[in-house]
This record gives sequence, structure tokens and C-alpha cells, in this order.
Amino acid sequence: MAQKRVLMKGNEVIAEAALRAGCRNYFGYPITPQTEVMHYMAKKMVQIGGNFVQAESEVSAINMVYGAAAAGARVLTSSSSPGISLKQEGISYIAGAELPAVVVNIVRAGPGLGGIQPAQGDYFQATKGGGHGDYRNIVIAPASVQELYELTVEAFNLADKYRMLVMILGDGTLGQMMEPVAFRDVEPIEVYDKPWACTGRGDRKEHNTITSIYIDPDTLEVKNRELQDKYALVTANEVRYEAFGLEDAEIVITAFSTCSRISKNVIRQAAELGIKVGMIRPITLWPFPSQIISETAAKSNVKAFLDVELNAGQMVEDVRLAVNGQKPVYFHGRMGGNLPTQKEILDKIIEIHNGGNN
Amino acid sequence: MIDFSVILAGFGGQGILSAGKMAAEAALFEGKEVSWFPSYGPEMRGGTANCSVVISDEPIGSPVINDADVVICLNQPSAEKFEASLKPNGILIIDSSLFKFEPTRKDIKFIEMPASDIATELGNMAFATISMLGCLSKSTGCFSRESFESSLYEVLPERRHKLIPGNLSAFDKGAEYAK
Amino acid sequence: MAIVFQPTEGLTKKPLHYCPGCNHGIIHRIIAETLVEMGLLDDAIGVASVGCTYNSYEYFSCDFVQAAHGRAPAVATGIKRTHKDKVVFTYQGDGDLASIGTAEIIHAAARGEKICAFFVNNAVYGMTSGQMAPTTLLGQVTTTSPFGRDASYQGYPINVSELISNLTGAVYVERVCVTDYKNIMNAKKAIRKAFECQLSGKGFAFVEFLSTCPTNWGKEPVEAMDWLKEKMIPQYPLGCFKGADVDFTKADENEEVKS
Repeated sequence: MAQKRVLMKGNEVIAEAALRAGCRNYFGYPITPQTEVMHYMAKKMVQIGGNFVQAESEVSAINMVYGAAAAGARVLTSSSSPGISLKQEGISYIAGAELPAVVVNIVRAGPGLGGIQPAQGDYFQATKGGGHGDYRNIVIAPASVQELYELTVEAFNLADKYRMLVMILGDGTLGQMMEPVAFRDVEPIEVYDKPWACTGRGDRKEHNTITSIYIDPDTLEVKNRELQDKYALVTANEVRYEAFGLEDAEIVITAFSTCSRISKNVIRQAAELGIKVGMIRPITLWPFPSQIISETAAKSNVKAFLDVELNAGQMVEDVRLAVNGQKPVYFHGRMGGNLPTQKEILDKIIEIHNGGNN
Repeated sequence: MIDFSVILAGFGGQGILSAGKMAAEAALFEGKEVSWFPSYGPEMRGGTANCSVVISDEPIGSPVINDADVVICLNQPSAEKFEASLKPNGILIIDSSLFKFEPTRKDIKFIEMPASDIATELGNMAFATISMLGCLSKSTGCFSRESFESSLYEVLPERRHKLIPGNLSAFDKGAEYAK
Repeated sequence: MAIVFQPTEGLTKKPLHYCPGCNHGIIHRIIAETLVEMGLLDDAIGVASVGCTYNSYEYFSCDFVQAAHGRAPAVATGIKRTHKDKVVFTYQGDGDLASIGTAEIIHAAARGEKICAFFVNNAVYGMTSGQMAPTTLLGQVTTTSPFGRDASYQGYPINVSELISNLTGAVYVERVCVTDYKNIMNAKKAIRKAFECQLSGKGFAFVEFLSTCPTNWGKEPVEAMDWLKEKMIPQYPLGCFKGADVDFTKADENEEVKS
């Protein structure tokens, strides 16, 4: 029997998913529009005997995450854009020390204090680094409250599997909205041994250390190569995307999260006008689904791509790299916290269909 | 039904957000796709609140509404602001116990209903928005009275079930104003 | 022949890299000895900070986590909350704890985190080569106060122990030095008491060690010890600021009544 669907807020579902994934440590600092994650944790985490600490800053919160992860725990922090900027120091250290952790960014409009309405302007920060050094985070972009649940559980599994930070990249829409969600009876929680964790030496002969400092250049280069090998493995194994309508699409929309939802309805409207539009929706923003985009660009039925984002054009750079000049790539973006309307996107499709250029 | 959209707006404390949630719950009970999206942050601090509810047989695109099928307003500033957000032939429902309003658009249906008076009569001000949900249900069929009733039993904690008959009375009184 | 002195099991055999005359070696050793004497070595998790002791995890033989600059108290919070039955301590210098990590140490203390913070104050940035620290004395010459610290221009030294002792969550606060046998034994008592405080679950324990930095002070080791006594102690008086009368090994009366 299908699981019963309950109406819940995206932010609360993230928290519930983390608890179901066995996360018993949450450290955070209030910021709109993600605070309901904190509120939910403040109550539920304490009720089930886990740890909830409202830190003095995002900087502290991410370092508490670092500590708990080093101690072998499943751990979560959540924030929104300006707060995520503050966490970048810790995120770099977590990458350097190879610790598993899950960080949620419910993105709001920037730069600076910006606004509090939905945006996707943190795509570069999330996928290209954000902090210092050569490192990667797995970046997951859910598109519905149901996916927030499933992919948050998955984020914890991936974090432990690869000893990496996994970022859930949402936006104000996804965090604030309520939608039906069906929880599974039993979560697919994968349990990983963590013999490297600092748990107290106990019966171990050697003491464990967690560090990201390697003063000797040769040692650090080896460490970096190991990291890159791991990232290559993640790229080979963990690319996730949703694609449909590619077999006969004239135009292919690339969009993630909120923009993909809006675009899906446009595809229906375009079909009524006789324009065949397909979609590639990256679910992992890193590793990026370059291959399917590249293969799609080579198809003779595909005439052009339209990338839709809540920013000035960030993921479109990765789309263009993957398309690699095979077909034109058009862009439509909204900023400041505004969402594109279906009509805007449809107009853009009609313009491209009629041979327009941007 | 595809992307049927309702905006509810008024002052904070009038029960706007929870009324929107009750509408979404009722539609969810019918197996529909639903979304509920609130105004949030400093927007709320001035004392106004609004939420958008989308009901659909298909997966919902944007939970943010650009053109609504129905706008329900409990104060004048909201009516002034959201009248423009209605689709042609959309419905504007206002609580005429609280304010008077003259729509500028001629291509919409306008329903004035004394929601707060209905609530006063029933002895619970929280019923004002419920009566407006009754009007919404009867006017559009976006969810049925039965689903509304069943969802209340399902969503409300047992100790609050005693309030349900009152809710249904308000719902029915409101339905009388449907156009 | 009787053994009168031997390496402690609490330290690894790796030779220390600290400069001649630096007090870190002594402080490392007495912390490690105390862990062994209290039977805590297998349960201890240390947090190293940024500064000369960034790699102290190579010297201590317990589990150790290296933290970003100033963040050790936050990292220790994450560890201790995860493993409430373990003994968690930070080892931080003055730039780390009193400058970049001010928020972290104040709030860890305010929350009454059940951890120990060991604060080594040598009035100067060591690893980055002798810059002014928050604890640099008035008139003290450093590479970034080349004309001597001028209160009207660079402000005043921070007395961290006094500051921390004002917070209710901090239940044991003491300042010590390791200039001679008597003071070393005294410092060791303070370390023991800090761990006892943590084991009692009563709150945050803080021990400040005044320390020399002959290299960056431009002094011979013995001369540096004298300078510490003559110049530093007047600004940073030794003693217990909080918890002097408390025996943390005994459950308090209220708790006894409850049980």
C-alpha cells in the first residue's frame, strides 16, 4: 500500500528526514528562510535524546559540525546564503580532513544581505568551491518536498560513503512551501564503519587524528591527488538527473529545483502549440550530468537548449561546457527573489522556435 | 483541474495561513496535488499575511501564484493589492463585515460576505476564514465539504475535534454566499 | 637502580619541534602526565588549534582533532556533545583563543560546555613570527607594534581568565605558570582539577598558562623566564579566579539529597 501523504513544510521535512537518517546532531544559527529546520530540531532532537545547539555564529556552527563529524557522528547544519558564506571556512576544513557532514543551503537572493526571497545565485559557490583549496562537495538539488525527504536521507548515506560534505541546495520556495510527503516505513540507512573517528583511543593501539594540515609539499600533493581520485570516483558513480522528452525534442530545457518545476508546466503548454520541448534536470549539481547533456546536444532532433535559473546565469556555464558548441544555448533568468512565470519561459521557447537569438 | 490557485490575504492573526492550510488539506484528502506557500520574513512584520494554495490533478509547477483563480481578502490593503492578481473571470471574496470595497476590474466575479459577522454569531472569530472557505468550496468545487470535514478529523488533534461541528456550521453559512 | 624520571605514556616518542626555552614542552608533558595519572588517556580527545601547537596531535598519544584558527572550543563542543562520556580538551594559544576565537571561547564558557580549555598565553604570535597578540603587554615591542604597544593606538591587553570567570557557565578558572618546580606542580594540580571539573559535569573549566617565547621576545630562555615573572605576572596575576573552594571529586550536597 502506498504510504500516506501528509502536508508538511519543506524545511521541516529536511529536519524529519535527517532524524530518520539517524542524524542525532544539529548545530545551527537562525537565518531566514531556513529557520524552521532549526525550530523542528530544537524540539524533536531534544525529545529523542540527540544534540541541538544554537551556536553563537554560523562559523561556530560549522565547526561544531566538524567536531561531531570527527567524532564519528551523523551531523547536520542548515543555513541560508549569507550564513553559508560564513560556513565556507569550515566547509573547506571538512573537505581537507575528509569528514562526512550534511549542510543545507536554503538559498535567498544576494549578493550581500540581499533579500530573503528564493534564488539560485549560490550555484557557483556550491559547485565550484566557495572555500579555499582544491575540493569538491556533492551538491544535491531537490525539486519537491518529497525529494527533500528522500534526497536528505540519501545525502547522509553519500556523506558517510565517501567521507565528504554533501550540500542540499534548495531555495526559499522549497523551504517555505508545504507539499504532501510520504515517509517510508524503513529508511534505506546505510551504516558505515568509521574506524578513523576520534572516539577516544580505547583499545586501539594507535591514536586517531583528524587534520587537514600537511606542511610538507610532497605529502600535501599526495593528499590532494587522493582527494581528486575520490572526486573522480564520485563523478563516475553518483551523477543523478531526470530527463524526459529528449527523443523528439526540438528544444531542451535545463533547469534545477524550483525552475525545473515551473518549466515542466511550460513543456505541456508548448506541446499544445506543437513545439516539442524536453528537459534535463540535474539532481546532482556536482557531479554535474555533463554526459547526458553532451549526448543530447549531438542528437539531430535537438536544435537548441534553454537554461532557466534564478540567477544571472550560473549553471548555464556548465551546460555550455557540456554542449561544447554543438548547439546554441539560450538563457532565461530572474533575480532578486523573483520567480519566472510560465508565460515568460513559454515566450522564450516560442522565440527560439521561431529562430530567434538571444 | 490543473493548477487551480487561491490567494488568501489579510492581517496577521486573522487565521489566513491556517485557513490556506485547511484548504490544502481538504484537497489533499481528495488525492489532489497541493502546495501551500506563505509570505515570510519582514513582509510579515508589518502585520499583513498571505498565502498561496495551488490544487491540481498534475504535479504542481510553481507554488507562487502570478494569476489566481480566487482571491480571499480580510482587509482592504490586500483587496487593493491582489485584485490585479486575478485571472479573467476569477473570483474576489471579501469579508464585508470588516471593510467596503469597490473592485476596479469588470472581468471578475465579486463576492461580499459578512464573514466576521457569521463568526461572531457562532461565537468564535476563527470561524470567519472558515466561512470563506465554505464560499470558496461551493463557488468553485476545488474541494468538497465532505473532504473538508474528513480532513479536519484527520488533521486536528483529538482534543480539538469538539470544534469541528462549529467549523462546519461556519463553512455551510459561508457556502450560502457562493456565486 | 630506581627509575626517577621517564617518558610519559601520554606523549608519543616524536621529538618536539618547539624552540629552546619555550614552555609548550612542559605544558604538553604535565597535561599528558595528568591524563595518565587519572586513567583518562584512553578516553581523552584533544583539540589542537592554529599556532605553534598546530600539530600537537603528533605529540599527545590520545585521539586528537585539529581545528581551524580560533574554532577549537566549537569543535570540542561538537565532539563532547557526541561523546558525553569522553574527556575533551582544547589546547590554544593567545592569538587563537583571545583574538580570532573570542566568540567561540566566550560562548563555550557561557554554555557551560563540559570541556577543558588550556590556554597558553605568551603575549605574542609565535608561529607567524612575533606579531602583537591581544595579550601583548603595554610597551611590549613586537613585529606589528615595533614602537611598543601604545594603549592610545593599539588598546589594552585582555585578561582572559578574569573575563571568563565572569560567566556563570565557567565553574573553574585558574591562571598558572611553569617557570619553576613549584609552579609546575601547581599547574599540574590545576590541570587535574580542570579534568575533575569536567568529570563532575558541572561546567566549563579554563586554565591559563603564562608561557615564554624566547625566540619572538628576543631573549635567552632564562632571561625570558625572568621577564615572564617580572612583567607578565603583574599584568596577569596568578591564582584561581573561580572554583577554588570546590572539590569537584565530591558530589555536591543538593545532588546527594536528590539521590
